Amino acid sequence: MKPRTRRAVAIVGGLAALGVAVALVLNAFQSNLVFFFTPTQVAKKEVPIDRNFRVGGLVEGGTVVRQKDALSVTFKITDGAQSVPVTYTGILPDLFKEGKGVVAEGRVGTDGTFRASQVLAKHDENYMPPEAAEALKQAGHPMAKENFAGQGSGGNKR
Amino acid sequence: MNWFYFSSPTTFYGLAGRLAPWFFILAAALAVWGLYLGLLVAPTDAQQGEVYRVIFIHVPTAWMSMFLYFIMACYCGLTLVFNTRLSAMMARAIAPTGAMMTFIALWTGAFWGRPTWGTYWVWDARLTSELVLLFLYFGYMALANAFEDPRRGDRAAALLALIGVVNLPIIYFSVQWWNTLHQGSSVSFKGTSMHVTMLTGMLVMSASAWMYAIGASLVRVRSVILERERRAQWVRNLPEAA
Repeated sequence: MKPRTRRAVAIVGGLAALGVAVALVLNAFQSNLVFFFTPTQVAKKEVPIDRNFRVGGLVEGGTVVRQKDALSVTFKITDGAQSVPVTYTGILPDLFKEGKGVVAEGRVGTDGTFRASQVLAKHDENYMPPEAAEALKQAGHPMAKENFAGQGSGGNKR
Repeated sequence: MNWFYFSSPTTFYGLAGRLAPWFFILAAALAVWGLYLGLLVAPTDAQQGEVYRVIFIHVPTAWMSMFLYFIMACYCGLTLVFNTRLSAMMARAIAPTGAMMTFIALWTGAFWGRPTWGTYWVWDARLTSELVLLFLYFGYMALANAFEDPRRGDRAAALLALIGVVNLPIIYFSVQWWNTLHQGSSVSFKGTSMHVTMLTGMLVMSASAWMYAIGASLVRVRSVILERERRAQWVRNLPEAA
């Protein structure tokens, strides 16, 4: 082999080995790399008990109740199968809405309620003008349901 | 025809000087068109309102940050395999532009995240891996300049750049592989979930960023060539060296 061919083989081989090593490491740390847990995982108690973690899902329709002091709010996060009741005191992001994506950080209290210290809105990958969104809604298109498509549930359908 | 005519720093110096202005003109023209589409023509987003318009900067720079790293790594591979001089200089010339694109992507993302998500920064897989990309660019530049002999710097930094390539698929697929706060891709090889005017504006801005990156790299590679070859006779004979 010419020296340059040898170097090329060494680089390609080295990169392939590195790629496999990184893939194995990432696979091993899979559970540490997720940003949030789903309500189903919370229901199955697959979540850390004595430290803070995040729950992600959709804000269940009709469950948002604002308290009298206007800063406390309770709602439920759902992934379609299970839902987690959440209490939170603080300012909610602009995109916080029923049926939209949300990620809450906190821990589960003794009563099973998730006490959030931070609530983040999760935006989806759809960008469209209001008229188009309205038209989709009237056609009964489940836009909000797709907020989490492509994330954990196996690929965007469109 | 000699395919390798422009692979010599001497000849490429002149070619780069002649080409660079055209790429800058193209970049400016496309930026005007893209910003016109993005800021004036494209409709308001149904959920985010006007703040979504940051995508016309954010997405093109984020794409370029990854693409430039890939190109830089290709030049680094050529450097290591064929020991060519110009490829190492090109890699050095691309790195600062790539770092700038990465920084702009992170920075605009943070200012979009504050009103949209409710936070400037989270340590999710997409944001963290993009930050690692910025550090890879910094590390490449630091290592390339850490040696007395620039050719040794070229080779050491080339190795670092090649190792860093594993980060690219991690950035790109992070939103599919793991739960992240960052949303999934709106534009992929399978299609798009964006309104057509928004998409056009974003693609035009991407073309502009691309042209700018080429122009900036060509200008920078000229400085690198001059610095490396400053003792060569052809540099001394240049009108600008007199």
